[in-house]
Amino acid sequence: MTQSVVVQVGQCGNQVGCRFWDLALREHAAVNKKGIYDEALSSFFRNVDTRSGGDGPDIYKGKIYSLKARALLIDMEEGVVKEILQGPLRDVFDSKQLITDVSGSGNNWAVGHKLYGYQYRENIVEKLRKTAEHCDCLQCFFIIHSMGGGTGSGLGTFVLNLLEDEFPEVYRFVTSVYPSGEDDVITSPYNSVLAMKELNEHADCVLPIENESLFDIVNKIHQMINFGKLGSTVKQNSLVTSSAGSAKTVQEKPFDAMNNIVANLLLNLTSSARFEGSLNMDLNEISMNLVPFPRLHYLVSSLTPLYTLADVNVPSRRLDQMFSDAFSRDHQLIQADPKHSLYLACALLVRGNVQVSDLRRNIERLKPSLHFVSWNQEGWKTGLCSVPPVGHSHSLLALANNTCVKQTFIELKDKFMKLYKKKAHLHHYLHIDGMEQSCFSEAISSLSDLIEEYNELDATKGGPRMDPSRLQIAV
Amino acid sequence: MSIVTVQLGQCGNQIGHEVFNAICSDVRGTHGLCSKKENESYHDACKERFFSEEESEVPVARAVLVDMEPKVISQTLSIAARSGYWKYDVGSHFCQKQGSGNNWANGYSVHGPRHKEVIMNLVQKEAEKCDRLSGFFTIMSMAGGTGSGLGAFVTQCLRDAFPTSFILNHVIWPYSTGEVIVQNYNSVLTLSHLYQSSDALLVHENDVIHKICAQLMNIKQISFRDVNQVIAHQLGSVFQPTYTAESDSHYSRNPLGDLMETLVPHPEFKMLGLRNIPQMPENSLAYSTFSWPGLIKHLRQMLIANAKMEEGIDWQVRPPRLGSSIPSSHSTNKPPHFNTSIANLVILRGKDTHSADLGSFRDPSLYPSWLSPQDAFKAWKTPRAFNKYEKSATLVSNSQFLLKPLDNVVGKAWNMFASKAYIHQYTKFGIEEEDFLDSFTALEQVISSYTIL
Repeated sequence: MTQSVVVQVGQCGNQVGCRFWDLALREHAAVNKKGIYDEALSSFFRNVDTRSGGDGPDIYKGKIYSLKARALLIDMEEGVVKEILQGPLRDVFDSKQLITDVSGSGNNWAVGHKLYGYQYRENIVEKLRKTAEHCDCLQCFFIIHSMGGGTGSGLGTFVLNLLEDEFPEVYRFVTSVYPSGEDDVITSPYNSVLAMKELNEHADCVLPIENESLFDIVNKIHQMINFGKLGSTVKQNSLVTSSAGSAKTVQEKPFDAMNNIVANLLLNLTSSARFEGSLNMDLNEISMNLVPFPRLHYLVSSLTPLYTLADVNVPSRRLDQMFSDAFSRDHQLIQADPKHSLYLACALLVRGNVQVSDLRRNIERLKPSLHFVSWNQEGWKTGLCSVPPVGHSHSLLALANNTCVKQTFIELKDKFMKLYKKKAHLHHYLHIDGMEQSCFSEAISSLSDLIEEYNELDATKGGPRMDPSRLQIAV
Repeated sequence: MSIVTVQLGQCGNQIGHEVFNAICSDVRGTHGLCSKKENESYHDACKERFFSEEESEVPVARAVLVDMEPKVISQTLSIAARSGYWKYDVGSHFCQKQGSGNNWANGYSVHGPRHKEVIMNLVQKEAEKCDRLSGFFTIMSMAGGTGSGLGAFVTQCLRDAFPTSFILNHVIWPYSTGEVIVQNYNSVLTLSHLYQSSDALLVHENDVIHKICAQLMNIKQISFRDVNQVIAHQLGSVFQPTYTAESDSHYSRNPLGDLMETLVPHPEFKMLGLRNIPQMPENSLAYSTFSWPGLIKHLRQMLIANAKMEEGIDWQVRPPRLGSSIPSSHSTNKPPHFNTSIANLVILRGKDTHSADLGSFRDPSLYPSWLSPQDAFKAWKTPRAFNKYEKSATLVSNSQFLLKPLDNVVGKAWNMFASKAYIHQYTKFGIEEEDFLDSFTALEQVISSYTIL
């Protein structure tokens, strides 16, 4: 069994991360009734005997003493991390896993990446090494951050770079929250594009998330709960929106529900690696199957169900609805419609009491309405995990490498160009040591190239299929 | 003589476990429909092949379990032990932590060499437990990373370490609508490499077994376990003891050797398909009766029409009439869908097998002109019924059965290769474009050989 380390950077990263750890504990608590520290738990948690005060040695087997998250919390201002450490999750984090400063990054990528990056490099490396040492077999780093600000965006991508240098064999999965349409940070386009270059070059897989989509989803669920469809009731203690039953007792912050969705994404992504199933799907398989060309590693994700019905014995029809939903526009975590764009590859990770025939039936059913690239007509990667998420009898995570993601990038580029043409706010960046005009031009060029690659693939869509001729063998 | 089973990857281990289950349950069953003496011989022969005697009462499977991540093996070991009827040797497994990531190159070039010594030591240990070793039976899927890549490497090592033993690879063909996106690459690499070191490849296609589960076994929500149990039943019907032409009073001692001798006359032709009839849900067995002529007629038509199961057989397909003077095998007279065979083996189990007439399988029109049906066809029989079926007929065929699936897989892989998609994932671990081209060439050769039969 392998371990993964979560690196949460910046306000957004830490808030999402916090939800993730809360939900992870709940999920394992629901599955692990005996309180034995098992391999599934060890993928994200260490087991430490803290009775002797301070940090005891790791305990690999037997009873659970004190679980410590395999995480690094990084923020250049103290507020968010402090709140986490005063909250109910304080025991899950080790003070040695934190890196904080006081003044923040001022929504400036250059401050996060160049200034703080340089300043904290050694500190970060040392803490990463320590965390890695506690792992028997470290497989993956999960970075959680936002693109629009300064710390998550700048320092977050600095850490990404660092991870590639220091741990080249370990996978780097990045969950990036892209700025929404009505984002109030003026410089978010600069920050996002500068960060994109780093993601292009150093990440193995990126899961882009847009706040607008999360917001729409949360609204939909609230409507269902409040107005309920005819003849159905909605389970309210589903982990998706509600933190009820979890560690929080204060009133929920507005972003909590949205962050829960992202946290669930990460839980579902790693479920088949942690729990058993008839067709396992490990993290290295996700990267292998969904990234046909090194730079095209942006995966559009969707989660279903987002609510559950009261009756547990869901007949097949409802199960099929789950599959249909996964491909609908409203369930995607970015503002995109993969159904009308071109699929390069698609992965379906099912949890719960679902069998291979259900999977096959639904793939057959949905295939005709989806466009797959000519060289990957049956490009499906499937996984079956027997353990369902808390509060549901089954769930589905769909990850698509689809050209619809280019829309997000095109909009980003447009917003960037609007500012850049007028050289607005550039001086804030350029006066940071290590920043030059070329950083900007290289970044936008990298983004343009990426968009172009997607365009080229789109151009092949719907065209006549020219299968290359086969090798001829002399008889 | 004994067979050592090597279970590779998730698929290999899940199926392997069902195979031992099926064999053990058949031997334990009271539906042998034969004399006590017969039953005892059968029991002893089966035990010799698949299980070793330990101090404990429970027979221990002669198997080595290999996987690059621990979950499946630990599940398999514990479920087997819990049954109380048989178990695995707890020392006979090897696993790592991280899996092969569906990457053939990772399985073959990284995990293979790295763990060669440990794995071969385990195999050696099992082999030494056998009084006489018939050979190795490896179970793997082609689609993933461990079964396919590491499996190909291990097969090579087995060939090097045991040059005189037989190696039969049981290969699972993935669903054609995709379980793994790079499955076609992995399949092409696996098949081309296995062809070099293995004696024969016995193939099961997930699509076919799935249909059997749906249409014949009437299973509503088909799980991999259901699929694996059908596969295990079919394999059991091949490997359980039988009498060959050599002796009808002693069960054959060399199952793998007999199989190879019969079915693989030429190293260019190693692809074996399997058909077993009848297949039905257990609770229907009591209400069904079969006759040998009926079963044999169906089986033969399944052979020549390339039918995957006993429903939906195309009875229009007929062998070409002999007497027309076509000297070479490049016959244009053969009807398009007619399945030509290199060699066939029919195994009959159950009541009154002595009365069964297999003459129709000796029809020369089934085979190319350069083969004599006397050499190309063999029959094995036993009066001991298998797995609660009063009568059961199995066909193992070296024929054009797998030509179309093979051609499809190579076609899709080539299509993807032309766009260079995913190649960087393989070159990262040392498999270059040239290696791909070599594999493609090798398989086009195989396709060509089978096509011109």
